[in-house]
Amino acid sequence: MIGLTRELIAVRVAAELREGQYVNLGTGIPTLVANFLGPEKDIMLQSENGVIGFGPAPEQKDWDIDLVNARAQPVTLRPGACFFDQAESFAMIRGGHLDVAVLGAYQVSKKGDLANWKTPRFGFGTVGGAMDLAWGAKRIIVAMEHAAPNGQPKILNDCTYPLTARAVVDTIITDLAVIEVTRDGLLLKEVAPGITPEQVQEVTEPILISSPDLREMAL
Amino acid sequence: MGEAEARLVNKTVSTLSEAMAEIEDGAAIMFGGFGGAGAPHNLNDALLERGTKNIVAIANSVYPLIPLIEQRRIRKIICSFPVHSFGRGMEPFKEQFDAGSLELELVPQGTLAERMRAGGAGIPAFYTPVGAGTEFEAGKQKMAFDGHECILELGLKADFALIKAHAADRFGNLVYHATARNFNPVMAMAARVTVAEVDEIVEDGLDPEHVVTPGIFVHRVVRVPKRVEWHPILKVEGFQ
Repeated sequence: MIGLTRELIAVRVAAELREGQYVNLGTGIPTLVANFLGPEKDIMLQSENGVIGFGPAPEQKDWDIDLVNARAQPVTLRPGACFFDQAESFAMIRGGHLDVAVLGAYQVSKKGDLANWKTPRFGFGTVGGAMDLAWGAKRIIVAMEHAAPNGQPKILNDCTYPLTARAVVDTIITDLAVIEVTRDGLLLKEVAPGITPEQVQEVTEPILISSPDLREMAL
Repeated sequence: MGEAEARLVNKTVSTLSEAMAEIEDGAAIMFGGFGGAGAPHNLNDALLERGTKNIVAIANSVYPLIPLIEQRRIRKIICSFPVHSFGRGMEPFKEQFDAGSLELELVPQGTLAERMRAGGAGIPAFYTPVGAGTEFEAGKQKMAFDGHECILELGLKADFALIKAHAADRFGNLVYHATARNFNPVMAMAARVTVAEVDEIVEDGLDPEHVVTPGIFVHRVVRVPKRVEWHPILKVEGFQ
């Protein structure tokens, strides 16, 4: 079963973002979303290391090593950009000022619990700003592969990995589907081109509710 | 009358070893920077040369501390992001952690920043919702506000802060460059002695409207050449 590439997941996520929104993109697939935000739609990207309003990467000859995103990747600045320190950055994040955070995940539960900072394999995890983002952003979109490399579901009845936060995830966008976390359970809203709802259910532990408007992703 | 000489404030020092004065074994030291950007690489090297050990290091990540870790100078790290997949190896860190000779206290990044801000601002402790319901609430007092469980976190202070800024004046006022700002201003507040390495010193004083860190928080300033080769992305790409 072949679903979307990482880039196409990012394309589908980009379509969720609205002009004027303040958005943080986490590590992994979420970072790719920045490549698919056209300049005609003013989306203000916030990076927790102290910048709002960064744009795509510059050519190597124009790299400024002091101007990077939270992944240490050089970026350019867009009109309306500003810099600030770490306390102010997390005031924005924890204080509920971000419209959207797009995060990767190891696991998401049917109640929207998020596990994305530590696996049982290592003695320590890497938490970074994940917990602050999970708490503070008004909307959390998880962008990830639907199943782990070994084929195991990542969308589970309950997370088994250490939690980042409880009941924070609103939307899950994967290589196979778009799923909304609702009070009644996980609502399957879209399937990737060529993928059936049955195929999505096969690699999802909780029972999915098919939306009455279930359709193929438009990319 | 006539005996009192005008004594000008001058926090600048000429050498890195002067900047390192009084940093003794066992010191708690904050290190500025986010990854490589805004990290005080020259001060870190001077600290390495000084030989100070049993350091309690407070930083966002482990990456700029690798030379100190390799030389076993650090006994504890308080950070938010210990693991990296780029640049120089993390093996010395993992080896010392597994052996129990390097203690790790992991703190969510926003909590780390706010603990430093509180420490510098005279706030002994504060409640945050971040980390409630996770491993991070273990052993901490909890209280609910607005129906949300919150955990009590303590203000964090250090003996020294080693920070990087772009420009300073002799009063210790500082401005930064782009995303090299990050933790530096917060750490400047939270340490008993703040040492800043800068690209330039402005003779007539910085414009008061543009000062980001007021000099009241800064004790020593040293002008150094800007280090470029440390940046992780440059190492990955094989730049120069």
